[in-house]
Formats: sequence, C-alpha cells, structure tokens
Amino acid sequence: MYTYNDFDHAFVRERIAQFRAQVERRMAGHLTEEEFKPLRLMNGLYLQLHAYMLRIAIPYGTLNARQMRQLAMIATRWDKGYGHFTTRQNIQFNWPKLRDVPDILEDLADVQMHAIQTSGNTIRNVTADHFAGAAADEIADPRPYAELIRQWSTDHPEFQFLPRKFKIALTGSPDDRAVTRAHDIGLRMVRNDAGDTGFEVIIGGGLGRTPIIGKVLRVFLPVQDLLPYLEAIVSVYNLLGRRDNKYKARIKITVREHGMEAIRRLVEDEFSVRRSSFKGADQALLNDIKENFRPPAFINAPVDGFQVDREGDVQFNTWAKTNLAGHKHPDYAIVTISLKAHGATPGDATAKQMQVMADLAERYGHDELRISHEQNIILPHVHKSHLFDVYNTLSEVGLATANIGLVSDIIACPGMDYCALATARSIPIAQAIATRMDTLKLEHDIGPLKIKISGCINACGHHHLGHIGILGLDRAGVENYQITLGGEATQNARLGQRAGPGFPASEIVPAIERIVFAYLECRKSSAETFIETCHRIGLGPFKVVLYGEGCASHAA
Amino acid sequence: MKLLRKIMVVTANDLLMGDAVWLTIDDGWTRDITRAETTQEKARAQARLLSAQSQSDAVIGPYLAEVRLGPDGPEPLHFREIFRTRGPSNYAHGKQEIRPGG
Repeated sequence: MYTYNDFDHAFVRERIAQFRAQVERRMAGHLTEEEFKPLRLMNGLYLQLHAYMLRIAIPYGTLNARQMRQLAMIATRWDKGYGHFTTRQNIQFNWPKLRDVPDILEDLADVQMHAIQTSGNTIRNVTADHFAGAAADEIADPRPYAELIRQWSTDHPEFQFLPRKFKIALTGSPDDRAVTRAHDIGLRMVRNDAGDTGFEVIIGGGLGRTPIIGKVLRVFLPVQDLLPYLEAIVSVYNLLGRRDNKYKARIKITVREHGMEAIRRLVEDEFSVRRSSFKGADQALLNDIKENFRPPAFINAPVDGFQVDREGDVQFNTWAKTNLAGHKHPDYAIVTISLKAHGATPGDATAKQMQVMADLAERYGHDELRISHEQNIILPHVHKSHLFDVYNTLSEVGLATANIGLVSDIIACPGMDYCALATARSIPIAQAIATRMDTLKLEHDIGPLKIKISGCINACGHHHLGHIGILGLDRAGVENYQITLGGEATQNARLGQRAGPGFPASEIVPAIERIVFAYLECRKSSAETFIETCHRIGLGPFKVVLYGEGCASHAA
Repeated sequence: MKLLRKIMVVTANDLLMGDAVWLTIDDGWTRDITRAETTQEKARAQARLLSAQSQSDAVIGPYLAEVRLGPDGPEPLHFREIFRTRGPSNYAHGKQEIRPGG
C-alpha cells in the first residue's frame, strides 16, 4: 500500500499544528464558533447530539495492521473503546473531547492517517471497491488511481470551496461493489476494443433528498487523461453549481438543470485546455504510486485441508459459504469479517476486535485490511490453508457471524443515537430486525437480501439502494419509518420505490417480516433471489402484506 | 405579558465536551435538565436565549426547547430532546452513564 513521502508527512504535521493553534484560540475565546466551525470541519471534527465526532479517512478503504492497531489504541485512550466504520470507508469516533483532538490527529499521523477533507464542501475521501487488488473479476487494481486522486484533491487550491461536498468512487471490476452510480463522479475501469484500459466516467449520481442514478459522461477515458478530465469536471461544476440553495448545490442538480449534453460540451472544452497543462508529472507520480500497490508475495502451500475442515465443521462451512469471495489467485480467498453480529450495532468494532483483526491481517493476510461501504472489514488475501485458523480466531471475539449479504447484514447510519441531523434512530431498528431474523433461523434460506437504513433524508444509510430500504422520519414528534422496495447498489443500480405510508418503530420489524415471508411465498424457487422476485412481481403483493387488501389506492 | 404555547428551557452543547447542557437561573449551565430554568413568558425566553448566545466561549448553538414540568423539574417533550438527556440507545454511554435511568 501507499507509503507517505517526506512531503506527505510534513503536510499532515503542518495541518495538525495549524489546527492545534485554532483549537487553542477557540478555547481561549479568540475564535467564535462561527469562525471555528469551518476550520474544525476541514479537519473532520463534527459536533453531534451528545459529543464531538471525529471522522477519519481510510482512503479507498485500505488499512494495514499497524494502522488498525493505532485505531484500537485511539479508541481505548481517547474514546469509549470502539469505533464506527461508515458507508464512505471512514471510521468515526463518537466521544472525543475538543482539547484532545489535536493529539488524536498526531496519533493518526504517526501511522500515515488523517481526517482532512472528511467534511466540508471539498472533494471527500476517495472510495473504491473493497475487493480491489484481490477480486477474481478485476481488470486492474483501481487503488493507484484512487491514491493519485487523493493526492491531487487534497488541499487542491481551486476546489476548497465547492458549491457542496463532492464524492468520487472507483471500481476496477465490472461487478460494481463501490456504488459508483451513486457518487458525484463514478469511475468504472473498462477496456476498449483495442484492449486499452480506461475509465467509464459517470457523473451526477447521489442519494439524499433528490436521489439520482449517475449517468455516463464519457464512455472511455484513457487512464493517462484521468486527472485533467476530473479537473475539467470539477471546475465546470465549481462555476456552474448553485450556491444559492444547498439542497440544489450538488452536481446531480447541475446536470439535471443544464442537461448532460451541455455539461459534456463544457467539460470537453475545459478538458482540452487543462490537458495541455499536465506535462507528465502526474504520470510519473502514478508510476511511483503503482510501485506501492504490487500484489503480495502469494505463498505456495497445499489447500486440501480447507475442504477437510469444511466437511468437519458445519459452522465453519456455513461461514465459508457466506463470508468468502473468489480471489484472483486460485489458492486464496477474500474474507469478509461481519461487523453485524445479530443485535450488535452495524459497523461498530471494539478496540479488542480491531486488535484481533490487525493480528490476523499480519499473520495470515499479507498485512492488508479493507473497509467496505457495507460496514464490514475485509481480509483481501488469505491462503485457503489458513481460513480455518482465521475463522476460529474471529469466533473468539464475536466476529465470525456468517451473514454477509444476508438479511441481517444491514447497513445503518448512526441515526438519532448520535447524529445531529437525524430525524429518527436507525441503530435500534437494525438491531431489532437482525435479532428477529436470527430467531426465525431463516436467513440462509432467504438468501441474498440487502436492508439499508437511514435516519434522515440525507441517506447516509443508502436506503434508496436497499432491496428493502428504511427511512426514519419525525412525524409530528414520533419516529416513523418509510419502506422502499426494489433498490439496487450494483452496476445495475436502481432506486427503490416507496411502498406506502410509514410505520411507527413498534411496527417496523413485523412489517419487514411480512415482506420477507411474502417473498418466500412468491419466489419461483430458492434460486430466485429477493430482488429478482421483487422485480418480477412488482410492489403489489408486498403492499398487500404491508397494508392489507385494497391497499393499492391507499399506498400509492 | 405574552405566553408561549409551551414551557421552555434554553439548551446548547458544551464547548469542551460537546454534550448537552441547559441554562440555569444564575446564567450557569447544568448537565441535569431538572435543574434548568424554565419560562413560558415570550419576552423572558427571548432574553434568556440572548444571554445564552452571549456565552459563546462556553457553549455552542443555544436554542429554546419545549418541556413540561414533572415531579423532579422540567422534562423534555420531543424524542430528540429526551435522547439528549440520556445518550444513545445502543450503549449505556453519555448522560445515562452518570445518572442511570436518565
């Protein structure tokens, strides 16, 4: 993975020194909150419902063992012993004290991490496929390009005051695990007819109060043109994007108001100007970066034991079925560690769990860990002969839940348990659904089913893209939950449709259960997944179980 | 004397800790809502909010929140304000750590 050079080290330390002085001036009363707020947000420090929250970037979701251990240390020393992994491949600490934050940032810098541009109207933490560099179906590892974008966008003088926040995601696989169609810019690696590698450039995707699936701006962008082309897009947006209304300020609205054709023309014009100013330094840098992302030295060892262990241990076999994915090396597997134990808070890991995952990465995983937007942790490179040991170690700390992609593998934002913007809680709903589904002992029979929960219209929990989406709202001073059905976060991304009126908290779990049972009843066979059934039969049968007969007009 | 529809307290977040605090009658701040100053007089509520806003070195974002008077003092009405007196529901952190049962 990427290693900081002298410039990176100096830059991060300088930013901390600046921020330390700003915190001191705030505490001494020399800065008002109005003056201080944009400064703290530039360094990832939010004020939430019960405390400050520090959002730390995990660029393109990649961590090594040392960094994960340092997060565990920070959780123990400065917070309440745990961290929350988010849908944007960040980690959030929910209880830092203002005066401690500069010291926390120093601890992060010690392991080449920071919280810069995890907030504010800038280009945010660049996210990528969490299986990058390991996936069997990958064209190329997208992370060198993600790192190039990280360096280009960090403190980019032109893009520090954009109309609104700006999110970029990359995937190197045709199977899109990075939700590229729900980002301001999505980059999907493709090959053209000549066999050259490039990017399909998607813009204008986003969720929130106006959910829009991104559209293709350019079918094929040669990889060497990446930065000038991105710069052209962001500069066009920077000038054209609305600053009069924050709800209309994202690029998705700019595209909608001006039309894709007009935006494409402007971007191409700008690109032709900007391209000439890139004299090759970016390509030299990219080549240096690529050196940091060489594949690990895969080991040669027999793999027969893996099958024997599967046959000898039913629970291990179940876990292997759900939590392993195909690796590009036939003797290896990608391990997804579930942070969704039934009844636990989605995305949370204790300091002890972080230490164990770091140890496993070091011992069995070529020192690599990934964070997925689905709020799980990945060991991307595990030799099959080590899987049983990995599983047993995970079991000891409550990390061996066999539910990846199943109904209890729920995405949930922090909701009103923490977030100052939330209109309802998300976490207790996720906990209750997972607990209920575990009690029913049906989730392996139900098969792939993605529930995504947001505690407000801003949609950090990606509810629009859930097979079942849940949106928590405040209805006349009472928490109320709206259900959407049929959303997808893949390369075939689509928005779910609202099923009808919302449910109070006490009724949402039974409502989800009715949807699940309706699916089991309606599916052609166990081979037809929930989402396939949902698209085949439409919302009608689900509305009936949710609202009763004659629901059609009521729930329109 | 104009009366507000509900009884009010002034609440904010503490500058150093970031947690919820409530304005007391002596212009101090308490972490226990039952010790907060209450008023239903519109002019008084506005004056107390202004006073809180002048304390920007101690607190962030003061605002008026609706309460009712319970046996121990003011009690929050909206669920968001109830959560602010307790802490999150997934762990016993925040104010419920200090005062179990919130």
